[in-house]
Formats: sequence, C-alpha cells, structure tokens
Amino acid sequence: MTKIEEFVKEQADKYGRRRDSLMPVLQAVVQSERFLSEEAMVAIATELDLSTADVYGTASFYTFLDTVPRGKYIVRICKTITCHMKGKDAIVETLQDMLKVKLGETTSDGLFSLLQANCLGWCHKGPVMLVNDEVYPEVTPEKAVEIIRGYLKKA
Amino acid sequence: MENKIKKVDLIFDKVDHLAILDKTFQRSQDEIILDVIDSGLRGRGGAGFPTGLKWKFAKNEEADQKYVICNADEGEPGTFKDREILTQVPEKVLAGMALCGYCIGASEGYIYLRAEYNFLLPQLHEKIDVFNKKMKERNMEFAIFIRSGSGAYVCGEETALMESMEGNRGEPRNKPPFPTSKGYLGKPTSINNVETLVFALMIAHHGPQQFKDMGTFDSRGSKVFSVSGDTPNAGIYELELGMTLEQFVNEFGDGDTKAVQVGGASGFCVARKHFKDTLIGFEGIPTGGSMMIFNSSRSMYNILHDYLEFFEEESCGQCTPCRVGCQQLLKGIEAVKKGIKPPSYLEELQKLSETMRIASKCGLGQSVPNPFNSIINNFREEIIY
Repeated sequence: MTKIEEFVKEQADKYGRRRDSLMPVLQAVVQSERFLSEEAMVAIATELDLSTADVYGTASFYTFLDTVPRGKYIVRICKTITCHMKGKDAIVETLQDMLKVKLGETTSDGLFSLLQANCLGWCHKGPVMLVNDEVYPEVTPEKAVEIIRGYLKKA
Repeated sequence: MENKIKKVDLIFDKVDHLAILDKTFQRSQDEIILDVIDSGLRGRGGAGFPTGLKWKFAKNEEADQKYVICNADEGEPGTFKDREILTQVPEKVLAGMALCGYCIGASEGYIYLRAEYNFLLPQLHEKIDVFNKKMKERNMEFAIFIRSGSGAYVCGEETALMESMEGNRGEPRNKPPFPTSKGYLGKPTSINNVETLVFALMIAHHGPQQFKDMGTFDSRGSKVFSVSGDTPNAGIYELELGMTLEQFVNEFGDGDTKAVQVGGASGFCVARKHFKDTLIGFEGIPTGGSMMIFNSSRSMYNILHDYLEFFEEESCGQCTPCRVGCQQLLKGIEAVKKGIKPPSYLEELQKLSETMRIASKCGLGQSVPNPFNSIINNFREEIIY
C-alpha cells in the first residue's frame, strides 16, 4: 500500500464507505494533501466501491476540492463586489509581486497558491482573504505582506 | 409610520437556551407548531416559506427516520449574518434545531456549514458535544452533527445541499417532491436557515404575540440585515420589518446613495428615485439580509458584470437555460459596452433572462433576471456608454 492509499483507508475507516461518506473523505484528503491527485481519487474510488469517474465528477464540481496540485498554503482573496470596492485589486497585485506568481498559480517552492474566491462572507470588513482555513478581514497590501511573511517563517 | 427604524434584539439576546427547551418540551408538538404558524415567521434564508407550515408538513409524514438540517451554506454575496449568529449565539441555533427535531419527530440534525467558515468548526464541535450530552441527560433522542461544504454557492439551494450531503455533485433536484416528504437520504426533512431556527426558539420562548406585533401583515417580526458597501456603518443589524428603503438609506447611507442592491446578487437593484415607495419585505422586495449600498462614484456596469461573473461561475451547469444563459448575459453586456452589439441588443438579453426565469430548474437561474433587469432598467445608459 502506498502512503496515500493508506491515508484514504484510514479516512474510510473513520467516515464510512457509504456514498454519503464521499465528501468527508474527499475533504480530509484535501485538508492533508491540499489537492486530489489521480492516485488519491483512484484510491478513494476503490475504497468506497465507486467508479473513479464518479469520484472525479463529484470532486471537480466543488471549488475547494482541487484536482490540480496546490501549495501548502492556499491564499484565496475575495473578489466579490464589496471587497472589490474596498481595494482587493491592490492586495492581488501586491501578492503577485511578492510571490512572483499570477492568479491561479503556485510558487515554485510549492508553498503558496494564489487564488480568488467568490463572496467569503465578510462584506462589512473587506477586503478579506483566507489562507487555508484562517480568515483575515480588513487586509491592506502591507498587512497582506506581513501575513504571508508569517507563513513563510512557519514553513 | 414613524420615521425611525426600530432595532430589535431577539437573535443576539443571550438566553438560557436549555431552560427554554425544558419549558417547551412540556408542550405538545402541535401546540408549538401552531405558535410558529401563528407568529407568521417565514424562512430567513431568502425564499420566505412559512416555517410553521414546513414543520407541520414534516411532522405529518410517516417515516422511520426524519432529519433536521440547518442551512449554514451562507453564500449570497453581501450576506454574513449566519456566520455572526453561529459565532455569537451558537447554542441558540442548536436549541432551535432540537426544537424542530422535537416538533417533527427527528432524532438527527445536521449543520451544513460552508467551507469558507471552516474556522468556526473547532468552536462548533465543542458546543455540539456539550449540547448532545445535555440532550442525552434529558432523555431527548436528538443528536447534532456537522457536514462541511466545499465552496459551491448552489449548495445553499436546499435540494442541492442534500445532494452534496449524500456525496454527490451539488445539483438541485426537481420539486416536488419537497424535502418535507423526501429530503436527505429520501427521508422527510425540515431544512431551515440558521436565523429562522433561532427565531423559532425565541417564539417558543416569548410566545407568538411579541413577534406578530412587529412588522407588517406579510412580513412579521424582525430580521437580521447584513449591511455593506458605501456606508459608514457596515455590519449586522436586527431591524423590525416593514421599513421603506428610504428609511433604511437615511440610517445607513453615506449621504450620496445612488442604489441599493436588496437581497444580494440574486436580489433587486433599487435606484434612488424608488427608495421612497419600496418596502423591504415580502410585499415589497424580500431579502435574505443582504443590503449592498452603492454611492454615485460606482459604475453600475461593473456591479452587474461582477454579479454575472459570479453566476456564470456558480451555475451548476445541470440545466441549459441557466448554464448558457449566464454565459450569454455576461458576454452580451460586454459586447454592448464595447460597441460590438447595438444598445437594442440589451432588449434581446432581457428576453433571454425572462426565459431563464421560466425555464431554469432552481432558484439560481430563476433569479438571475432580478439583478439583470433591475440594473438595466434603472441604469441603461451606464451599461451602454
């Protein structure tokens, strides 16, 4: 058994092997690996007795279940109108410069992916960004740089 | 009507949720449901179905298993009240779910929490563990679990949410059958918005009269509003229903309000000249709470473009009117703006949007015409030039 097969088996033991166990298992793999590799999806399909196409079809429906490799830290900047009005473009530009990537890309060291997201539910405190599950409301370009530096230190 | 809008404190009021449940569990299910019907409470997620009726339908179903679902997949742009409620008074939400479970005869409740709010999970799990223990101590057969979303706006639609919980793509189902007869795993299910469940608890606590005394005939009680955009007072406010948009703007605007988008991206854009005669509520313009305020420095083209981009991304793609319609509306206004298409093309697009309203399978595609037509009708020049 490969490492990912073992991990998937552990998750299936935990969440069950029924159809309605699929989302929790997919989410657990993304939480741990940051994305669903082909190998992981095949393992999930085998473990839950589903077709791989079905697993991929389900996963690819959801924005937060990535099927392409992502960095250790996924940065999502809210792009919906109120955050836009409060200056999210400046945050995007600053982070693109800092990380040397464009939106949708991952840094070459595999640490950061820079993405945009639809409304994150902090419209009164925009602009807002998520780094994995952590939320940062009322960010400024300066604050955004500081936040990323914090993660760099941790990495 | 007095000119000042009235602030209310029912949702965030700290109460002893267990004492309310102990008191309420002494009463019969029918009595409680009648109170909720009598109060006039309607769903606070936006659709506004009478809550008591929903509970009654679910109760009347015969089944070996029923479910309560708390819809915390708050994704409507401009809405953030459910996050605030789950942060400040999570116990009241849990108690509201238990109350619903008692009334309809369900032993399991699920909170479907959007992935964007995953940071709430540790706190919620803690509260749920305590709450489930308290229910056990009382010999109440009711336990609450959490399921997470994964970043799909359409999963806020109740049947898409259930598909997602069942491990499928979040594609809405045909209705009927409605969830109260065939919901999660094909069992009768009452699915309610976070705020609705807390109001139901407070109605059980205070009785229906207090709630009924507030608001208007079709829009009883109060509502939590999420105020954002060009306002010095962005934030969460619980307000009595029945105010006009003019009253609202007087309180929250920055003095230069050009338009308010009522009900989020899927709601209606109201221009300044209509503030006076627009009532916020089910007899006027309903809202799940989202109130986005725009002042005269904002381009309505950019706002409409943003909304259409949002819908184009979030359409589940299952039905053609919505999938293709969203794409074409977006492309269409871009073409008019660039002069590739004549201004009269907007009328063609409006016809297309009416087709989407009639032919789309769920509320997502059906409501895209709301922002589209209200913005174009009010601000046609800004879209063209």
